[in-house]
Amino acid sequence: MYTKKLTPWLYLFPALAILGFFLIYPSFHTLYLSFFNRDSSMFAGINNYLYAFTNRIMLTAFRNNALWVVVFTTLTVFLGLIFAVLFDRVKYEVIVKSIIFMPMAISFVSASVIWKFVYAYRPFHTPQIGVINALLRAFHLPPVAWLIERPWINNLCLIAVGVWVWTGFCMVVLSASYKSIPKQFLEAARVDGAGEWKIFWKIILPLLTPTVVVLATTMVVFVLKVFDIVYVMTNGNFSTEVIANRMYKEMFQFRNFGRASAIAVVLLLFVLPVMLFNLSRFKREKL
Amino acid sequence: MAEVRLKSVTKAFGKVVAVKNFSLDIKDGEFIILVGPSGCGKTTTLRTIAGLEEVTSGEIYIGDRLVNDVPPKDRDIAMVFQNYALYPHMDVYRNMSFGLRLRKVPKSDIDRIVKQTAELLGIRELLDRKPKELSGGQRQRVALGRAIVRNPKVFLFDEPLSNLDAKLRIAMRAELLALHQRLKTTTIYVTHDQMEAMTMGDRIVVMNEGVIQQVDTPQNVYDHPINKYVAGFIGSPAMNFVDCVIAKKNGNIYARTKGMSLRIPPDKAKLLENYIDKEAILGIRPEHIQDTQTVKDYEPETTFKASIWVVEPLGSEKIVHIKNEDSDLVARLDPHVTFQPGDTAEFTARMDLAHIFDKETEETIF
Repeated sequence: MYTKKLTPWLYLFPALAILGFFLIYPSFHTLYLSFFNRDSSMFAGINNYLYAFTNRIMLTAFRNNALWVVVFTTLTVFLGLIFAVLFDRVKYEVIVKSIIFMPMAISFVSASVIWKFVYAYRPFHTPQIGVINALLRAFHLPPVAWLIERPWINNLCLIAVGVWVWTGFCMVVLSASYKSIPKQFLEAARVDGAGEWKIFWKIILPLLTPTVVVLATTMVVFVLKVFDIVYVMTNGNFSTEVIANRMYKEMFQFRNFGRASAIAVVLLLFVLPVMLFNLSRFKREKL
Repeated sequence: MAEVRLKSVTKAFGKVVAVKNFSLDIKDGEFIILVGPSGCGKTTTLRTIAGLEEVTSGEIYIGDRLVNDVPPKDRDIAMVFQNYALYPHMDVYRNMSFGLRLRKVPKSDIDRIVKQTAELLGIRELLDRKPKELSGGQRQRVALGRAIVRNPKVFLFDEPLSNLDAKLRIAMRAELLALHQRLKTTTIYVTHDQMEAMTMGDRIVVMNEGVIQQVDTPQNVYDHPINKYVAGFIGSPAMNFVDCVIAKKNGNIYARTKGMSLRIPPDKAKLLENYIDKEAILGIRPEHIQDTQTVKDYEPETTFKASIWVVEPLGSEKIVHIKNEDSDLVARLDPHVTFQPGDTAEFTARMDLAHIFDKETEETIF
């Protein structure tokens, strides 16, 4: 009797131990540190949280993260959906999809370096080395400082890089889901009198909705933690700061463990509801 | 309601020709069945009529309208698919009303039509269920309902009963027929099941390898198959085929095998004048072989001895597999015969109902 109760825990022990040591303990330790001063030598109360929620640069980061969440998620999922459904109908589907998916193969850092060149800016009347400004020059238009014009142009330019990398992923996931819709549903709808537009709205989209939701929440979680693009391209200057980059700076540049921990906890709080929503969906789908 | 005409319809997928030169006039209100083995092109033919496949050449008319370039949604047809293809995210009511809603039929009319049809099909209480909550037979009815509510010119059925269990299939068969008698809508029905074809169709179209073999009423196809393929495909158990030589002796003509010499009735013998001493194929349906103990008056020189090797009692009849030299035959006998495997008995063949096929072309001689 005793062993019967114990056995499952024995099997679970390695997983629980690893999870506990590398995930649960650090989380609580971070929470603990967030209530102390910069070198954890003195209790600081909620000072770090006051900083996290009121400091001007942090508020900018919140605004930018919100912008990322809305624009990045919408664009990646929307473009992924459009590409998945449209390219399914053309002969050169495989080639086009490979090209769109290709940015996934390179890291964010490399993508950022590439796009830094694309966005590069030199003063008017000097040779432009950035592709976009070179094009503008060809049409005798003044160059734009893409990564400096605050706050909308530069933030949207950063988001565009993320979209460029991740649209392919969304497309592939949605494409797999789209292809798994039995063609007979579409044929039945066609015979029932639906045109292609109606079929998309009334049949395809409702059947893709579960995938779209999972994908969107995954993108939200991912983009809340966005770091590399901002770090490489602007390092948060010119009002492009994001939460994760701020945390990195507090931690490794300013050596303020308390503040960095508080920011980490805040980030965790943002991610948590989305994760819980995703989990509850998974559970429901299993039933 | 409308007639459907196909004029030399050909459909090729790349180099594979699925349907070859298919011509058929289907009358208004007719229940016509396309039957053949899988891959014979029957479903492809149906899909070209639906507009889900474009024809490679030929013309399709629904009513008086040439529909070659008309998309499915404007052809005014309804189709029931093999696996029903009910929209999984809509309940039964929305599944059935989908076509009407697309056509902007007033809501009150939709409600009336859907409820009436549901009543007719006995699915009134299922209207708010999702397809996954329904049994196979219920899904079948919903798919049927979805087709009926639109009151289309033509019904197209693609093996609609093949996913049901045997008992339900027979029940649905009768229901479909009753429904057709009530609605009198032109119906084109695809099946690989020759029983369905025999019992349901006004006329049946037997297809093989993309080509129409024969178009006729079920009884005519059964009694007068046009070639060996049709003879073998329609009927269960299948017709017996025996290689034979046509021989002439004392003015009579015989179909001869190693162990049998069966006299052909004089009126049919004339047709075999050119085949004397040549090889041919003899075809006899199982019910046309009887044992001489049960059947007393038989034509002379139509008997042969055979050993029994398998007996399948079916209650209403016994299917008996018999062997005469190198010929294996199946006979459908009275259920009360007492043969045991290993017995030898004398049998007689109804040569007035037998068929002879040309060995080369496999066309029916009679």
